[in-house]
Amino acid sequence: MKLTVWTYEGPPHVGAMRVATAMKGLHYVLHAPQGDTYADLLFTMIERRNHRPPVSYTTFQARDLGSDTANLFKTACRDAYDRFKPEAIIVGASCTAELIQDDPGGMAETMDLPVPVIPLELPSYQRKENFGADETFFQIVRALACKVERTARVTCNLIGPTALGFRHRDDVTEITGLLSDMGVDVNVVAPLNATPGDIARLGAAHFNVLMYPETGETACRWMERELGLPFTKTVPIGVGATRDFVAEVAALAGVAARIDDTRLRLPWYSASVDSTYLTGKRVYLFGDGTHVAAAARIARDEMGFEVVGLGCYNREQARLMRGVAKEFGLTALITDDYLEVEQAIAELAPEMILGTQMERHIAKRLGIPCAVISAPVHVQDFPARYSPQMGLEGANVIFDTWVHPLVMGLEEHLLHMFRDDFEFHDDAGASHHGGAAMARPEQAAANETAAPLRPGEPGGEVIWLDAAERELRKVPFFVRGKARRNTEAFAAERGQREISVETLYEAKAHYAR
Amino acid sequence: MSDAPKTLPSCLDAPVLRQRGQREVFCGLTSIIWLHRKMQDAFFLVIGSRTCAHLLQSAAGVMIFAEPRFGTAILEETDLAGMADAQEEIDRQVERLLSRRGDIRRLFLVGSCPSEVIKLDLAKAAERLSAKFAPRVQVTNFTGSGIETTFTEGEDTCLAAMVPALPATEARQLMLVGALPDVVQDQGLDLLARMGVTDVTVLPSLRADDPVAVGPNTVFALTQPFLGGTCAALERRGARHIAAPFPFGEVGTTAWLRAIADEFGVSDAVFAAATDAPRARARRAIAQAAETLAGKSVFFFPDSQLEIPLARFLTGECGMTAIEIGAPYIHRQLVGPDLDLIPAGPQISEGQDVDLQLDRARAARADLTVCGLGLANPLEAEGLATKWAIELVFTPVHFYEQAGDLAGLFSRPLRRRGLLKVAAE
Repeated sequence: MKLTVWTYEGPPHVGAMRVATAMKGLHYVLHAPQGDTYADLLFTMIERRNHRPPVSYTTFQARDLGSDTANLFKTACRDAYDRFKPEAIIVGASCTAELIQDDPGGMAETMDLPVPVIPLELPSYQRKENFGADETFFQIVRALACKVERTARVTCNLIGPTALGFRHRDDVTEITGLLSDMGVDVNVVAPLNATPGDIARLGAAHFNVLMYPETGETACRWMERELGLPFTKTVPIGVGATRDFVAEVAALAGVAARIDDTRLRLPWYSASVDSTYLTGKRVYLFGDGTHVAAAARIARDEMGFEVVGLGCYNREQARLMRGVAKEFGLTALITDDYLEVEQAIAELAPEMILGTQMERHIAKRLGIPCAVISAPVHVQDFPARYSPQMGLEGANVIFDTWVHPLVMGLEEHLLHMFRDDFEFHDDAGASHHGGAAMARPEQAAANETAAPLRPGEPGGEVIWLDAAERELRKVPFFVRGKARRNTEAFAAERGQREISVETLYEAKAHYAR
Repeated sequence: MSDAPKTLPSCLDAPVLRQRGQREVFCGLTSIIWLHRKMQDAFFLVIGSRTCAHLLQSAAGVMIFAEPRFGTAILEETDLAGMADAQEEIDRQVERLLSRRGDIRRLFLVGSCPSEVIKLDLAKAAERLSAKFAPRVQVTNFTGSGIETTFTEGEDTCLAAMVPALPATEARQLMLVGALPDVVQDQGLDLLARMGVTDVTVLPSLRADDPVAVGPNTVFALTQPFLGGTCAALERRGARHIAAPFPFGEVGTTAWLRAIADEFGVSDAVFAAATDAPRARARRAIAQAAETLAGKSVFFFPDSQLEIPLARFLTGECGMTAIEIGAPYIHRQLVGPDLDLIPAGPQISEGQDVDLQLDRARAARADLTVCGLGLANPLEAEGLATKWAIELVFTPVHFYEQAGDLAGLFSRPLRRRGLLKVAAE
C-alpha cells in the first residue's frame, strides 16, 4: 500500500476514456462499479465538453457480485450498441472489475456484435493514466489500421492528441499549419476527432508526426513496423525544437524545410532589453517527460534562465528525463509523490517553477512565481483563446505565459530603486496581480520567501545579527530568499557563526553573476 | 405532517418508477470531502485503488492542497497477492500517519470497492488499531464503496459506524443528526434555544472529546434525508426519531421546528416568539428568487437523496411544477413527511437507468433540470437549463436564513439564460 493524497495521473481506464472521448463513432463499455462515472466530469467540466463521454458503465453493485456481473456486462454492451450504433467498441475493466475476473474481452467476443470489438488489458494496480491512453490507442490502431495505398500527395498523420490533453486542441491546429506551409497535408489526426474509419486510413500517409510520446508512441512504433511509416522524434515545442522538427519533416517528406516565421516573436521579445532581467533566473521544471524536456531547452536556450532542477511523474519517460538532466548537469527527479517534489523545490528555492496544477499550489505555498507547462491541469488551462504550446505561435504563448508571473523588468528595476518607498514597496506586490496594495507596515515585517531552515541543514547553525537581518530586508523580496541562502552557505563554508552586514556584502560579491 | 386534513392526493401514495441500469452518481467516498471539514480532529484513510484517490482529488478540487485530513492507501499488486500481509500493511500505514500527525484523534478506515471485493476485513483492523492507540485515537471503519453506497450515503455509513461506540446516557435530550456547515448548525441550535430546547447534542461532533451520548430518553431529529442507516443505529440504542419534513425553506424549517417543539411541549406563544421574525425574513427572501421560478417546471436526476425535500420546497414555496423527482434511494420513513406535502402529479423514481432517464428528460424539456456535473454541460448544449446538484450538498442551504440563498441557487441558471444575448453554438 502507498499512502497518497494527490495523484498526478488517474488509473489506466481514465486513459482509455481519454482516447474514447477524443474519438467519434467509438464507444467504450467499461466494467465498473457505481461511482466510477465521476471521471465523466473531468471531460464535461474541466474540458467543458458539450456531450457525455462515449462510455457505458456496467455499474454493478454489491448485490450483483457473484454470477450477475457477467450478464450486466453483456447487457451494457448490447444496449450501448443498440443505442449509439458505434463503428467500433472498446471493452475493458476498471480496477474493481479487474478483481472479479469477468473477462470483458472474452465475453464481448462471444456476443457477435456487427462491429469490431477491441478488448483492453489495462493493469490497474501497476500502471496509470498515460499508459492507459497509449495502450488503448495502440490496440485500436492494431485492430483497425492496415496497409492501404499511399496518398498521391505527401501526407502525414498527427498521432497522440487526446481528450483532456494539455493544449492538444490548439497544438493540432498549429502543427497542421506548419506542415501546410511546407506542402505537407495531414491525412488523419488521431485519436482526437478521428473515427474508426479514419484509423483504417492511417496507412495512406507517408509518415507519422508523433506529437505526444506519452499517448502515441506505441502505436507509432507498431505503424513503423507493420505499415512502414517512419515517425518524427522531435516534439516541436520551442523555437529551436520547431526548427529541428521542420528539418526532420523535410527529410522524411522530401520537401524543403520552409518555415514562415513572420509571426514568430519570442526571439525578439527575449532579446529586447526588458528581458535582460530574465538572465539566470533559477527555474525548476516538473511535469510529464515530454513537456519538461521541451521546457528545459526553451528555458536555457531561448529565455536565458538557469535550470536548477527537473523531473517527471511518468516513469515511462524516465530514461528521456535522465538524459536531459545529464545534459544540464543535474539529477532528474522521477517520482509521482508530490511531497518529494515539494521538498526538492523547497531545498532549491528557485525563483520560478514551471510545472503542473500541483506545482502551482506548491508555488503558492512557498511564494514562488509559477507557470503551468504540463498536465494535470485545471479548468483555466483549457482556455477559450487560441493558445498552443507547439510551433511558432506556441513559442509566443510560452514567452508570455512564463514571463507573466515574474515581476516585469522595468517594474523590478523601479522596485529596486524605491524599495524603501512608503507606497511602492515589496509588500505591495506586482501591479498586474490581484490583491489590494498594502501600505508599508510601520514595523517592517520580514516577508521571507525562502523555506525556513531546518536544523542540520547547512546554515542552520548561523545567527543573523540584527543589523544584517535589517539589511537583508532591504533586498527585494523576489531575490531575498536566495540572498539569505547564499549568505548562510558562504558563512558556513568559512566556519563563521554570525552574519553581519559585512558578511552579507562579502557573500554578494562572491556570488555575483 | 400537514396540519390540515388532506384533501388532494399526495406523492406519498404515488407509484415509484424503479429502473436498474447504468447510474451516473458518485460513490460514498465523496462524503469525505465535507466530513473531514466538519470533524476537525479526524483523518479519513481510504483503503482503495488509484481510482479512489483520483476520485477524491477530482471531487475535492483545490481543497486537496489545504493539507487535507484524508488520503488513500493505494492497493498494489503485492497487497492483492496475499491477504495476510494486508493487515500488516494497514498497521504500517496507520502508524506512519499517526506518528506524522499528532493532532489526529479519530481515524476512519474507509472501505472502497476494491477492498470490499477482496474482502479486506477493515472492521478487524479498526478493532486492533483502536486497542493499540486508545485512548489517544479511536479508530472506526465504515464503507464508502460504490457497490454499496451512493454519494451522501457515505456520511450515513460513517455516522452509523460511530453510533455503537457512543457512551450511554439516561438524560432527556435532543440529538441533531447530520453534518451541517458550522454557521447553519449554530443557527439551528439558536432557534432551538430560543424555544427553550437547550439540551442538544450534535452528531457528528466537531471534536472527539465533545460529549455525545445516547440512550432511551434521547430523541433525535435529522437535518439530512440520507441518514437511514444512522437512524436505525440510533433506534437500536433506544433513541426515538422525530419524523418531520426537512428544514429547507420557510415551510420546511417551521414544520421541522414544530415537530421538535411538540415533542418538548413548547407553547404556541414561545414558538411564535422564536420563529415569527426569521419566518418573515425567509418568506421575503424566497419571494425575490421565486419571481424567476414561479410557473416553471423542474426535473430531478438522482444524486443525493435531497431531491424529495428540495422538490417539496420548490413546488410548495417557489411555485414550480415538478415533472420527475428522481432519488438514488428513498427512505420512506425519513422523506414521507416531505412526500406527503407534494401534490400528486410528478413521477417519483428511485434508482436509475441513465440513458432511459435522459430520454425522459429530453421529452419533458423542463425549464430547469437538476443533475450532476457529468450531465449538466451536455444537457445545456442541448438547450436545457440545468442546476448542478452537488452544490446543494456543499452550500449552506438549511433553515430560515439560507432559504433565499437556496431558492437563488435554482433561479440563478434561469436568470443567466435571460441575460446572455449571444447564443452558444
